[in-house]
Amino acid sequence: MKTLEQILAEHRFFRDMPPEYLRLAAGCAANKRFEAGQLLCREGSDADYFYVISRGSAAIEIFAPGRGPITIQSLGEGDMAGYSWLIPPYKYRLDVRAVEPVLAVAFDGKCLREKCEANPALGYDFLKRVTQVVIARLGATRLQLLDIYGKNLF
Amino acid sequence: MQDPMTPRRFRIARTLRETKDIFTWELRAEDGGEFAFSPGQYNMVYIYGIGEVPVSISGDAADRRKLLHTTRAVGAVTEAMRALKKGDMAGVRGPFGSVWPLDKLEGKDIVLVAGGVGLPPLRPAVYHILRNRAKYGRCTLLCGARTPQDIAFAQELERWRGRLDFDVHVTVDSAGPDWRGNVGVVTTLVSRAVFTPEKTAALVCGPEIMMRFAAAELANRGVREDSMYITLERNMKCGIGLCGHCQLGPVFICKDGPVFNYGMIKQWFLKREI
Ligand SMILES: Cc1cc2nc3c(=O)[nH]c(=O)nc-3n(C[C@H](O)[C@H](O)[C@H](O)COP(=O)(O)OP(=O)(O)OC[C@H]3O[C@@H](n4cnc5c(N)ncnc54)[C@H](O)[C@@H]3O)c2cc1C
Ligand code: FES
Repeated sequence: MKTLEQILAEHRFFRDMPPEYLRLAAGCAANKRFEAGQLLCREGSDADYFYVISRGSAAIEIFAPGRGPITIQSLGEGDMAGYSWLIPPYKYRLDVRAVEPVLAVAFDGKCLREKCEANPALGYDFLKRVTQVVIARLGATRLQLLDIYGKNLF
Repeated sequence: MQDPMTPRRFRIARTLRETKDIFTWELRAEDGGEFAFSPGQYNMVYIYGIGEVPVSISGDAADRRKLLHTTRAVGAVTEAMRALKKGDMAGVRGPFGSVWPLDKLEGKDIVLVAGGVGLPPLRPAVYHILRNRAKYGRCTLLCGARTPQDIAFAQELERWRGRLDFDVHVTVDSAGPDWRGNVGVVTTLVSRAVFTPEKTAALVCGPEIMMRFAAAELANRGVREDSMYITLERNMKCGIGLCGHCQLGPVFICKDGPVFNYGMIKQWFLKREI
């Protein structure tokens, strides 16, 4: 059976991470399963955990009063959810909900933050990885806003 | 050989409403003859008394009895096309232009990325790949639309998705609560698709901004730029390299394109001054 470190090393989010950092990260991680409909992150609550999805799909949502949840972006295998764990004030900014059963590696954000504070090189490595996710999400959101399939942008 | 400037008469045998503004025509030649083309090519479609527009061929190249065009109504000519009915006539010049180099890509993993009305020009390539499935490696279609209601060929996509030898992922930019599928721009699917970058070729068709970002994502995954193919659209008149309307740097899109190797065309595609 594979160790958690080996599982992490195969994830896109952890690609090329030095083994000693993987070991530190794995020390704060556990496998977790979410049933369809369950929340991985809830807007406004403490960002105590972040997740790397191993199987299944989830949706980043905004809850609109009177309308219910609106999906902003879907997440699937290899995607990361809950980047607020690394960014003050460490509160989730959006909901993330399992659309179908999700198997994920769950990281204790507080545990990992403490390790990052104590080991700035580890912290910088994580910051770069999380920033890549944030930048990719921002880029995708910009394209969504552009309405690229509209008649004025062919 | 037919004069490339003289339209051949075709009759609409069937019209299909794909979405609120996308429709498919099935055409039959009035002379009873066949129509041969290769995936990626287009025709100049002439609507009597209105005008002529380039439209890619969206059908199966192996079936020469019928000619399929899938068009989005955006302006004068395409709106007039939408108003035509079964039995009406249209003029067709073609086929023109370059092709998806499917023979050259045998043995490779294939990633097809389609955005909006970029799927119809890719559909003949899908038919070819599925008919010759054993000649290709892992094959994936990533398909984006504005909303679930804007997905063209929805039933066919569903059928393709049911195949074990073809990965199909569909995403929409925005959706209501009853949509169970993916939400997010089509470029986000690239990072999730399963393929071996070094042996992958990508065929990309859609709005230029989408193609630019899709190419960047593919390059990010390690796909070589000279293994990517995109299609370009510009205003066209003659379709055969005579009038200069469609010039982009050193190439004429009508005859050197619409399918281009991305590594080759990139410097002109990304140039802002043209
Ligand atoms: C090689 C090639 C292949 C093509 N294949 C297809 C195809 O398979 N299906 C298809 O629907 N279209 C295709 N097109 C685009 C099609 O030719 C144009 O949409 C058409 O020429 C518009 O003519 P019109 O008179 O209806 O609109 P116009 O009156 O010329 O334009 C009206 C409005 O529509 C906008 N517009 C024009 N072209 C487009 C476009 N491509 N997309 C979005 N908005 C546009 C213009 O900016 C303008 O605001 C292709 C173009 C090329 C060059
Ligand atoms: S359309 Fe005339 S040269 Fe291309």
